[in-house]
Amino acid sequence: MTLSWLFDPAHWSGTDGIPVRLLQHLRYTLVAALAATAVAVPLGLFVGHTGRGGVLVVGGSNAMRALPTLGLVTFLFLVLGSGEVSALVALTVLAVPPVLAGTYAGIQDTDAGVVDAARGMGMTGWQRLWRVELPNALPLLLGGVRNAVLQVVATTAVAAYVGLGGLGRFLLDGLRAFDYPKMVAGAVLVAALAMVLDLLLALLQRAVVPRGLRLAARGRGRGPARVVERGRTEVAADAAMREGTE
Amino acid sequence: MIEFRAVTKRFDDGTVAVDNLDLSVAAGTITVFVGPSGCGKTTSLRMVNRMVEPSSGTILVDGVDVRGVNPAQLRRGIGYVIQQAGLFPHRTVLDNVATVPLLSGWTRRRARARAAELLELVGLPAELGARYPVQLSGGQQQRVGVARALAADPPVLLMDEPFSAVDPVVREGLQDELLRLQAELDKTIVFVTHDIDEAVKVGERVAVFRQGGRLVQYAGPDELLARPADDFVSSFVGRDRGYRRLSFVDGGGIEPAEVPTTRETALATAERAPDAWTLVLDEEDRPRGWLPPRSGPAEEAPGGGVRPGGSLYTRGTPLRGALDAALSSPSGLGVVVDEDGRYAGAVSAEEVLAAIRRRRDEAGAGAGGAA
Repeated sequence: MTLSWLFDPAHWSGTDGIPVRLLQHLRYTLVAALAATAVAVPLGLFVGHTGRGGVLVVGGSNAMRALPTLGLVTFLFLVLGSGEVSALVALTVLAVPPVLAGTYAGIQDTDAGVVDAARGMGMTGWQRLWRVELPNALPLLLGGVRNAVLQVVATTAVAAYVGLGGLGRFLLDGLRAFDYPKMVAGAVLVAALAMVLDLLLALLQRAVVPRGLRLAARGRGRGPARVVERGRTEVAADAAMREGTE
Repeated sequence: MIEFRAVTKRFDDGTVAVDNLDLSVAAGTITVFVGPSGCGKTTSLRMVNRMVEPSSGTILVDGVDVRGVNPAQLRRGIGYVIQQAGLFPHRTVLDNVATVPLLSGWTRRRARARAAELLELVGLPAELGARYPVQLSGGQQQRVGVARALAADPPVLLMDEPFSAVDPVVREGLQDELLRLQAELDKTIVFVTHDIDEAVKVGERVAVFRQGGRLVQYAGPDELLARPADDFVSSFVGRDRGYRRLSFVDGGGIEPAEVPTTRETALATAERAPDAWTLVLDEEDRPRGWLPPRSGPAEEAPGGGVRPGGSLYTRGTPLRGALDAALSSPSGLGVVVDEDGRYAGAVSAEEVLAAIRRRRDEAGAGAGGAA
């Protein structure tokens, strides 16, 4: 049933067709993820590098994660009015914590001896950040981005509830019309999109994380366990877990 | 040359890490800062390259107040080696070594060529250059750390517990290697360790610190072992700790000298040597004690003035016994005996230490130049 719905050519064209909905979904996801990254990475780098405001960042991230997704979307929808902007703001807000936590944890996780050596050899603060801390933070940072993207893909589907486009429409409209094949197809498409994006990000991670770090991660085995062990927050551990399960 | 002038470091919580330190480190020598944890040795080292700023006082490197120099600039001119090596895990070994030249604006090609030279200098095969730090053993990482610190050919090298994280056998090898390098390079090296054995092995001068950041004694290793300034130093240098290393050095390098001797049976009529101690032997040539020189302290002891001797050193056994014999003997000369316990000569503490030094130089030689 679902398959025949999916492969029905009628569902592959028009403003409510799969390609249009898929692109809408992708666009929301990318915009929200990029906006979140643009906000969270610099903030995470700053906090991690200077060590100032770490408690605030971690606490804030946790608090933000505790926000009910649907509630936030609805709230912003009511406050900012209908339209894409409120939905995109909500999605961005949801995507910030994992990226922030990943970036912060990545910088913090850089070996203290390595940072000390960098200073002692005469690197300036910026040089240390760009040449040492950022490369070392990449695995956890990108783990945070992957986390955020998955979350946004999932939440975008729910956001159809406030009138947003995207694949969530199939779910919601299917539900209303008791069109179960349509619903299931929508769910399958959301899952497929999430998997494809995660795969692409995994490849990106492979490409940009320096080889020495990948070797080190393999050597030391379960990286995430170390993060938890050192009393990092659950947020950091989560971000790390993404990397660890790669 | 590095000079500490009335340098004090007080941390925000009020602890005094370094207390009014006055010390100068001669150019071209290895000077060791040694002491228990919390004695301020590392803080003192880190003030040289401004990793820590003193609360008061002045530090001069080659006559220039370090506080007048931009920290990053200053540090690029001073080699820095730390305990866990602190290699950049995301860079290859070669690029790690090339770090400071690259920071100083060398071209990548030139910096890498220089880095390759340094790998050779510290005794690492060239193919390791393409590897990552995680692929090296602890000892190899530490060598890379030293190579990295030397890359821009800085006149001064700061080494903070550089070999403490590797196992003792590898550590010995690294120490020998450092001495060999120093014979070749003639850097001004400040070396921090908590291990007195390491201190007397690598140090030409040793500064002993105690808790509260006070310098207690600053001397050559021989003097430190022979004449500790106070109870703290002697307990820190401690016979069993300080001399432990000597037990690994066999005694082949020393030449026992002849000393005046007399028979126990002839004591009554014995002529005391005018200004040398006379060794008293029994019929079997076994040492019995020492007779003070005529010019020596005039007190007349019972038993014809024979003082009991110290421990005996059996020829060919580890030098630890020889030093112990010399230091425990009233004459300052350790009695050397053969396998049967017969007198074979005597040796002074200075000679034992000289023998150790020769060993050290041989171990570090290669190029043959004395440090």
